Amino acid sequence: MKALVAVKRVVDHNVHVHIKPDGSAVETAGVKMSVNPFDEIAIEAALRLKESGAVSEIVAVTLGEAASQDVLRHALAMGVDRAVLVEAHGELQPLGVAKLLQAVVAREAPQLVLLGKQAIDDDAGQVGQMLAARLGVGQGTFASVLTVEGGEVRVVREVDGGTETVALKLPAVITADLRLAEPRFVKLPNLMMAKKKPIDTIAADSLGVDYAPRLKQLKLAEPPQRAPGVKVGSVAELVQKLREAKVV
Amino acid sequence: MSVLILAEHDGRQLKQATRQAVGAAQAWGAPVDLLLLGSDTATVAADAATVAGVARVLRVDAPHLAHPLAEDVANVIANLARDYKVVLAAHTAFAKSALPRAAALLDVAMVADAVAITAPNTYVRPMYAGNVHATVQNDEPIQLLTVRATAFAAAGSGGAATVTTLAAPAPSELARWVDESRSVSDRPELASARVVISGGRSLGERFEAVLGPLAQQLGGALGATRAAVDAGFAPNDIQVGQTGTVVAPELYIAAGVSGAAQHLAGMKDSKVIVAINLDPDAAIFQVADYGLVADLFEAVPQLTAALKN
Repeated sequence: MKALVAVKRVVDHNVHVHIKPDGSAVETAGVKMSVNPFDEIAIEAALRLKESGAVSEIVAVTLGEAASQDVLRHALAMGVDRAVLVEAHGELQPLGVAKLLQAVVAREAPQLVLLGKQAIDDDAGQVGQMLAARLGVGQGTFASVLTVEGGEVRVVREVDGGTETVALKLPAVITADLRLAEPRFVKLPNLMMAKKKPIDTIAADSLGVDYAPRLKQLKLAEPPQRAPGVKVGSVAELVQKLREAKVV
Repeated sequence: MSVLILAEHDGRQLKQATRQAVGAAQAWGAPVDLLLLGSDTATVAADAATVAGVARVLRVDAPHLAHPLAEDVANVIANLARDYKVVLAAHTAFAKSALPRAAALLDVAMVADAVAITAPNTYVRPMYAGNVHATVQNDEPIQLLTVRATAFAAAGSGGAATVTTLAAPAPSELARWVDESRSVSDRPELASARVVISGGRSLGERFEAVLGPLAQQLGGALGATRAAVDAGFAPNDIQVGQTGTVVAPELYIAAGVSGAAQHLAGMKDSKVIVAINLDPDAAIFQVADYGLVADLFEAVPQLTAALKN
């Protein structure tokens, strides 16, 4: 069974982001970029399915400029078998991404598509669900446990107030939550070997898909700052302040 | 043209977040319909009909909707949505799964987690774990969005909506509900609680023993940092943060919480924040209205006792 893992290149989670002075975008020039952490969890989950024998081949795919090859190299170094870059320029939004991934799925015919539950840059959390809808397949969102058995995939999902288990017919789309897997450490020799592996490149415009952005981002701004607080000297003083604020 | 809201309920009554979604829908000044899916939903339909500002409750009732799956919910929404200008829901796990799927079926983009509605098609939404607020204009013919429930005032009661029953589409059969494990608690639901008491990893095995009585005293919910969850001291469903639940209660008490960016993303919109931490340099003090540098194992029980008087 083939698995496809979709990965996004995002500003590294340790970087404190800065908005460009004109409010048009977040500054990414000279900023460390990495695999979206939730996608890295999805890669790890796919690798474990392969190690358990449930999956025979893993293909990683990303969309974007040539620079996005670095996240594919990272996926190759982790152990995926092949990598595909869909070269696209300009802003990509969830619906367009879902449509481009749908075209890749049509070429690769995976039984399982894995990706993170959200990207830590736009925090939209839509691509997996949109892709599943467009493919007409089941979706296992916010997955924390994944097992393949008897032609279906069982997914324990993190939902509000607990967990829920669903069984999905294959093919299916899975979005990884934090606890699905702990990504493995990439060893330097693997990283060096991954640099030599070929990456298939497909021009997005050759896929016959309308992926133009639909939403207009008017401006970015810092959220309103909180007024500075005060330190209290004792529990008694804290209680007094809380009573004055009428919250207890 | 009116607004359709995907309702969420526990089988008896609407969730508070859905009432807040109804509050958000007032931005359009148009009639609001509530879409209620489930099995045996007469009781909750009666509750939904009393929500102020709701014109109609659309009830889709079928045995296979007892545990509604995103595949089925999205089909229902997509079938109805063309009669509406706006389709919205609170940004819960349920809606986060179903609405994007419905949007793709309708071939429209959607806006997730709006914290403000500044025009009938313009929204403010957080990105980068709440470190950036984007203003987004959506020119699609149907506005699909989820809203951050705590950013909007809940609709009250006193309404008298009509209840209309609609036929349920056949199950998609792409997915099957197997089982669930929900935490049973007499505490209020974390996402909509008026008071949240949160703890970090330093509480260790005494998480519940130390924080439970304070939550009890204040009628609050318990929350936890990701570190406390990862260490196994608290269940994942009470995790507060970018990867967990986003809360904005009237009072947030953080005990032994360092203030990692991931956690702050989930609570910094709380009205009053109290931090109790031994480390005077902890980042949490930068967002706290009232900070107390103290050993939480002494301070929290003292606070609990003081509030009893």
